[in-house]
Amino acid sequence: MDWITTVDHKKIAILYLWAGGIFFGIGGLEAILIRIQLIKPMNTFLDAQTFNELITMHGTTMIFLGVMPVIFALMNAVIPLQIGARDVAFPFLNALGFWTFLFGGILLNLSWVMGGAPDAGWTSYTPLSSTGYSPTHGVDFYTIGLQIAGLGTLIGGINFLATIITMRAPGMSFMRMPMFAWTTFITSAIILFAFPAITVGLVLLTFDRILDANFFNVAGGGNPVLWQHIFWIFGHPEVYILILPAFGVISEVIPTFSRKRLFGYSSMVFATILIAFLGFMVWAHHMFTTGLGPVANALFSVSTMLIAVPTGIKIFNWLFTMWGGQVRFTTPNLFAAGFIPTFTMGGVTGVMLASAPADFQFHDTYFVVAHFHYVIVGGLVLGLFAGLHYWWPKMFGRMLSEKLGKWTFWTFIIGFHLTFFVQHFLGLMGMQRRVFTYLPNQQFDLLNLVSTIGAMLMGVGMMIFLTNIFLTSRRPADAADDPWEDGRTLEWTIPSPPPEYNFKQTPLVRGLDAFWKEKMAGHKAMTPSEPVGSIHMPSATILPFLMSVGIFIAGLGFMFSRDEFSSSVMSFLFNNYIVTALGLLITFGSMLMRSLFDDPGWHIEPEELEGR
Amino acid sequence: MTTAHAEAANGTLPHEPEKATLEGRNKVLAFWLFLGGEAVLFGTLFATFLALRNQTNEGPSANELFHLPLVAAATFLLLVSSLTSVFAIQAMHRGRVTMLRNWLLVTVLLGLCFLVLEIYEFSVYIRHEEFGMTTSAFSSAFYTLVGFHGAHVAFGILWISVLIGQLMHKGLTVVTAPKIYVSAMYWHFIDVVWVFIFTVVYLLGKVG
Ligand code: HEM
Ligand SMILES: [Cu+2]
Repeated sequence: MDWITTVDHKKIAILYLWAGGIFFGIGGLEAILIRIQLIKPMNTFLDAQTFNELITMHGTTMIFLGVMPVIFALMNAVIPLQIGARDVAFPFLNALGFWTFLFGGILLNLSWVMGGAPDAGWTSYTPLSSTGYSPTHGVDFYTIGLQIAGLGTLIGGINFLATIITMRAPGMSFMRMPMFAWTTFITSAIILFAFPAITVGLVLLTFDRILDANFFNVAGGGNPVLWQHIFWIFGHPEVYILILPAFGVISEVIPTFSRKRLFGYSSMVFATILIAFLGFMVWAHHMFTTGLGPVANALFSVSTMLIAVPTGIKIFNWLFTMWGGQVRFTTPNLFAAGFIPTFTMGGVTGVMLASAPADFQFHDTYFVVAHFHYVIVGGLVLGLFAGLHYWWPKMFGRMLSEKLGKWTFWTFIIGFHLTFFVQHFLGLMGMQRRVFTYLPNQQFDLLNLVSTIGAMLMGVGMMIFLTNIFLTSRRPADAADDPWEDGRTLEWTIPSPPPEYNFKQTPLVRGLDAFWKEKMAGHKAMTPSEPVGSIHMPSATILPFLMSVGIFIAGLGFMFSRDEFSSSVMSFLFNNYIVTALGLLITFGSMLMRSLFDDPGWHIEPEELEGR
Repeated sequence: MTTAHAEAANGTLPHEPEKATLEGRNKVLAFWLFLGGEAVLFGTLFATFLALRNQTNEGPSANELFHLPLVAAATFLLLVSSLTSVFAIQAMHRGRVTMLRNWLLVTVLLGLCFLVLEIYEFSVYIRHEEFGMTTSAFSSAFYTLVGFHGAHVAFGILWISVLIGQLMHKGLTVVTAPKIYVSAMYWHFIDVVWVFIFTVVYLLGKVG
């Protein structure tokens, strides 16, 4: 119950971590199944339809329900602490964002047991995703589930923007903000401007499928390429929503374990902003083969290649930070160090794909699969591992085992390169993406076998990580405030895990790497910027949960509104939109409650603070 | 912040009660951000409409369909309602609660009239022109864009009505003021969107 009603950012972080972890596990299982099917030519382990459902759900789950929530978990756990705040700007909305994400994700995964998962690829290209080619409810689960989950992401993004703009501790100017806070800020801005586009795209597709609208239906005057534009105008920035937080994590971990300040801090900030901006200008590089014409292709080709410049700046700054530092290869830093070359390789194949004529060869082959897994898994997932190992003691008060951590790292990264490195060659040799099997003796056999073995090894790495978590959770919570001993930022100045109010007194920030600065001046703690006083806390509430339940019910109701049921009661309820209306009623009713009964919150008094 | 609370307790509100507390300022800021997202949302809908507006699939075209006087009347109502919401905020800044309530009521009323006209317009198209959601890509885009705006108006009416109730119940405080202020921002926003709809959908449909 405590967990259903909480509005504390630290607990919401843990909720995001759990939910994201479970979805990540589901997506991982799907990946393993795909790889087993592809282990040898003409395999009959899965049929084509199941295979299509698996790749669609794997991609969709991984991106929207697996890694995004883990990113949000880290942001929620760390951002208020790093900027010296007691919570996010809107704790209520924070909880709402989590619950809408979770119920959207549950809705999407219900498709497995309710008549067929989506099967049109994670990009849901029309007309493949229209009722003509995809007659089950699968794609409806996709559109409506993602719509609900996306709402949560958008809410989260706005919340972090407001938090970072208004709640920084005194003295923390924007140019004194830790890099992870910066990337969170920019990521949130991208979310704000990219997600509404996919919201509209999903609405249009829903209307086409459920209300027989004609947006993408050529016979009715519609235009399928329109879907691709809308999808990618969201989809490309989405890639940066994923990778920028990882950049932020790496920029925290490397300086800490090099005992040096981040090289080129202001150029890092500038590069981040530039990447975000360019991210919106390059969407059509996913559409070179749709026939946009040579002029458009050339423009998008060049603008895409431009992104390599700020990205290169970042890579070199990380290398220069390590250069000459007192580098310690703890588990987080191993992941960070592994990130740099792996991500760079993904970047190089990205530039190759950005060349339009070359893309005509690479398009929809395993070369593309290899490229984006190098970026997403070799970049983002390694970054998330670095961040999780790094902040685990802060979140849970327990150090993860370094020994198991190193085992996780080596099995995972070796498995990763085994899986995906060979896929470059499979692609160049002509193996198509998204096909459920291939013929023997085309020289695909051995490399596919290697790839599947690598995927299993990654699975082993994940199991070691889970074992580490399990064993750690049974040990006493005795992590020090600054367990890595070289912490540079504000989160390391308070207990692990932090008390619910985070800071007894808001600290005064006197420079970049505020804590490090004080340590260098010989101080053991931050100078407070205020006297000890009574702290105002928001109350716990069930309303965010209820609102999300309502949206969930409404979504299901709308989805089945045109179905024929064997039971007349069901037909009556669904076909007259009664279920939909009921769901909306719950949601709007909860909103009304929220509006009418203001939350006065509660206070923690100074005596109580001293007592702890 | 504490002074603002004290003033509110004494019955003397600060000049801009919506920005008197950190919560209030956060709310206004976040709402600006939210409107940024809404702008992208409508931008995408407009782009879709522009891409499909000549795809009539042998159904009625914009030129045959639209009846400008009706739309102009609706536009007029909505523009005036934006003005009355400005009056409401001015009354709030002067601390005149009754006047604030009355202007909000007028705003809601004008919004309702607009909505009635829009529903009437749609029903004419559907019944007499056989122009429904499924007729053509143009019709789908039309109903989706204009309908989305209409849904926003409907939500605004509900929202401001709740706020009026709250105002009567709790009075004007540093808690209610930011809500009222933000709802006025929202109302202006949907008004601006309508100006674009009037131009891009209706005027361009008639002449372009
Ligand atoms: C951890 C091990 C992983 C393995 C073994 C794996 C394997 C695969 C395979 C075999 C495919 C199908 C390729 C095809 O036939 O088109 C695929 C597709 C995909 N994967 Fe992964 N993957 C992994 C992790 C991830 C992660 C972490 C993400 C994202 C965060 C991700 C995102 C995608 C996407 C977007 C697709 C494309 C799906 C589509 O074509 O609709 N994968 N993956
Ligand atoms: Cu892209």
